[in-house]
Amino acid sequence: MSKTFMGWPAFPKAAETATADGQLRANVRRATHTIRTKRAALVDERPDWQDLRDTAAALKDDVLAHLDTYLEQIEEKVTAAGGTVHWAGDAEEANRIVTRLVQDTGETEIVKVKSMLTEEIGLDGALAAAGISARETDLAAAIVQLGDDLPSHVVVPALHRNRSEIRDVFVREMGKHGRPAPEGLSDDPEELAEAARLHMREKFLTSRVAVSGANFMVAETGTLCIVESEGNGRMCLTLADTLISVVGIEKVIPTWQDLEVYLQLLARSATGERMAPYTSTWTGVTDGDGPRAFHLVLVDNGRTRALADPVGRQALRCIRCGACMNICPVYERTGGQAYGSVYPGPIGAILNPLLKGADDPQTASLPYASSLCGACNEVCPVKIRFTDVLLELRHDIAEGDAKVKHPAERVALKAVAGAMGHGALWNAAVKAAGTAGRLVPKNAQLPGPLRGWTDSRALPDIPEESFRSWWKRTEGGTK
Amino acid sequence: MSSREAVLRRIRQATADLPKDPVSVPRSYLRHAPAVVPGDRSAAVALLVERLTEYGAEVRRSAEADLPAAVAGALAAAGSAVVPAGLPDAWLARWSGVVRRDAPPLTHAELDATDAVLTTCAAAVAESGTLVLDGGPGQGRRAPTLLPDLHVCVVRGAQVHSAMPEAIGRLAPARPLTWISGPSATADIEMIRVRGVHGPRRLTVLLVP
Ligand code: SF4
Repeated sequence: MSKTFMGWPAFPKAAETATADGQLRANVRRATHTIRTKRAALVDERPDWQDLRDTAAALKDDVLAHLDTYLEQIEEKVTAAGGTVHWAGDAEEANRIVTRLVQDTGETEIVKVKSMLTEEIGLDGALAAAGISARETDLAAAIVQLGDDLPSHVVVPALHRNRSEIRDVFVREMGKHGRPAPEGLSDDPEELAEAARLHMREKFLTSRVAVSGANFMVAETGTLCIVESEGNGRMCLTLADTLISVVGIEKVIPTWQDLEVYLQLLARSATGERMAPYTSTWTGVTDGDGPRAFHLVLVDNGRTRALADPVGRQALRCIRCGACMNICPVYERTGGQAYGSVYPGPIGAILNPLLKGADDPQTASLPYASSLCGACNEVCPVKIRFTDVLLELRHDIAEGDAKVKHPAERVALKAVAGAMGHGALWNAAVKAAGTAGRLVPKNAQLPGPLRGWTDSRALPDIPEESFRSWWKRTEGGTK
Repeated sequence: MSSREAVLRRIRQATADLPKDPVSVPRSYLRHAPAVVPGDRSAAVALLVERLTEYGAEVRRSAEADLPAAVAGALAAAGSAVVPAGLPDAWLARWSGVVRRDAPPLTHAELDATDAVLTTCAAAVAESGTLVLDGGPGQGRRAPTLLPDLHVCVVRGAQVHSAMPEAIGRLAPARPLTWISGPSATADIEMIRVRGVHGPRRLTVLLVP
C-alpha cells in the first residue's frame, strides 16, 4: 500500500498534532538548522549570488511566458534523439500513460529515482493497483516507502525521522521487499547507508524499467538533467532498458548554457554543497550506452491553472531546492507533513492552492501557514516573492473566487476596504492585516501604513505561545 | 482534442496577458571562480585539488611519463579493473591485476564483480571539484564507471576550468554526460554525511600537469 495525503486535516489541526510530537520537532529542527548553516556559508563565498538569482528568475519568467513554444521545441528535440514524448493533462492521465508503458515491457517490479511529481500524482499507488511494484531507490524516499510513511521535505523526504527510527524500519521491512537488513544492524548512519546499498544493489542489477523525474529539461537540445547525491539516479538512468521520465511542464530551461545558472544555484541552496556528487544529463537514447527506450511524460496537473494567475505564476519558477522550508519558522515547528502535501513549507503554502484551487478547507488553510516574516523571499534562488503570493491568495480566499471563504481573514480585510483603491496604501494595509495579532515577534515593530513589512531581512524569533493561539483562532476560521 | 493540444491551448490562454517578446535576461554573474583570475590555469588546478581533497577523493600528481607507476599505485588494492576503449595500454604496463575490456560490453553482474574502473575525463570544474565524463575515448559508456567501487580518473591540467560557465559550452549535450563532484554520498540520515551509497565509494584522481 502506498499512503497518500488524501483526506488530510487542514493545516492548523495537523500542525497542532505535529508540534505536540517532541521527537519530530527535534528531528526537524536539527536537520533544517544544519542545512541552513551550510547553505549560508556557501552562498557567502559567491559575490555574484544575487546576480545568479536575477538570471535564474528572469530565465524562468521567459520560459513561463513562452511555455508553449518551449515545450514544442523539447518535443521535437527529444523525438529527434530517439525518445517518445507523451502529454498528460492531469494526474490520472499521467498515471495511465506510465502504467501502460510499464505493462508494455511485461515487468512487474521497477525502480524509481526520487521525484516529487510522481509523489504528487500518486504514481506508486496507481502502479500497485495494476500489480506493478515501484521501488524507491533514494535513501530518504526508500525510508518513507519502507515505513509506509509520507514525505515531509522536497529534498530529504525522511527528514522527520532520526537514526533509530530508520534502523527500526530497515530491520522490520527490508526483508519483505528483497534483501533483508544485515544481522545486528545498529543505528550508525554508515551502517544504515551500507544496508541500503546492499538492499538496492540487487534491484539495480536486475530491474529493466526505471521511472524518474527531472530537475531540468533543456528546450534547445531536448536534454534532461538529474542532480543527486547517492548514485541511485545514475543506476536507474544507466542500467535500465526502458527509462520513463515524468516531468512537470514548468521544468524547462531555454538553452544548454543556461544550465550553468541553475547548477550553480541548486546544490548550494538545497544541501549546502557546491555541486551535488552526481549530475546526469541525457538526450533521447544513445547507441550502446544506457536505456534503449526513453519516454518523456509531460505533466500539467494544475500547472496551467497556476500559470493563469498573474501574481501566483512565479511559483512555477521553483527548482525544488527546499531552502524556503529550511529557513521557515513555521515549518521548523510543524515539519512537512502538516501541510498535507508533497510540497510543504512556503512553496507548498502557495503552490498547492495555485495548482488545485483553494476549494477545500485543507488547501484553503495553507496560505495562512505563514508568519509573513519574508525569510523565504530572501533565500529562494529563483526569487519567488512568497509574501506577495500569500497575500494575494489570502485575499482570494477572503474576498475573491475561492469557493471556501476564510472568515477571519475576510473580517480583517473588510477593515482595510477603504484603502483598497490606492496601490501602495492597499498593499501596506493588506500586509498589516495579514500580520497583526498573529505572529508578531515580541521585539518586532508593526509595519506602518505605508512601510513594506516584507523589507525586513531578519528572521524573527517567534514566541511559541502566540503561534499556538494563532492555530486555535484560524482553525475556527477554516471551519 | 488531444491532451497535447489541450495543454498547449491552456498555456496560451494562461499567458495571453504577457508580452510576446522574449523576457530580457540579465547576465552579470561571474564566468570564472570568484577566487581565480580568469585564465590562471595553475590557480584553477590548485583549487580543483583543494575541492577534491575536501570531498575525500584522493589526488595524486603525476607526470605523463610516470602515469604507468601512478596507475599501478592507484590500483594497488584492486584485483581487477575495467578499461574502456581508447585508454592507452601503456598506462597499465606496471599494474599486475586483471584487465577487463568492455568489448563486447560486460554484463551488469561482471561489472559489479570488478573492483575498479580507470578512465580519462572530458573536462573538470575547479570551483565545485567536478569531473565530467562524456563517453569519449578513454571514458566509455556509463555503466562501467558506476558499478565498480573504485574510480581512478586521469585529469589533464589543460582540461581544468575554474568554474561551470567556462566548461559547459565545451561539452556536447547530445552525449550522455556524468558530472562527478566527489564520491557518492548521502546526508539523508540526520544530515550526517556518509560517503559511499550506490556509486563508487572511492575516487582517485591522477592529475597530469
Ligand atoms: S520556492 Fe524557491 S526556495 Fe522554495 S524550494 Fe522552490 S526554489 Fe527552493
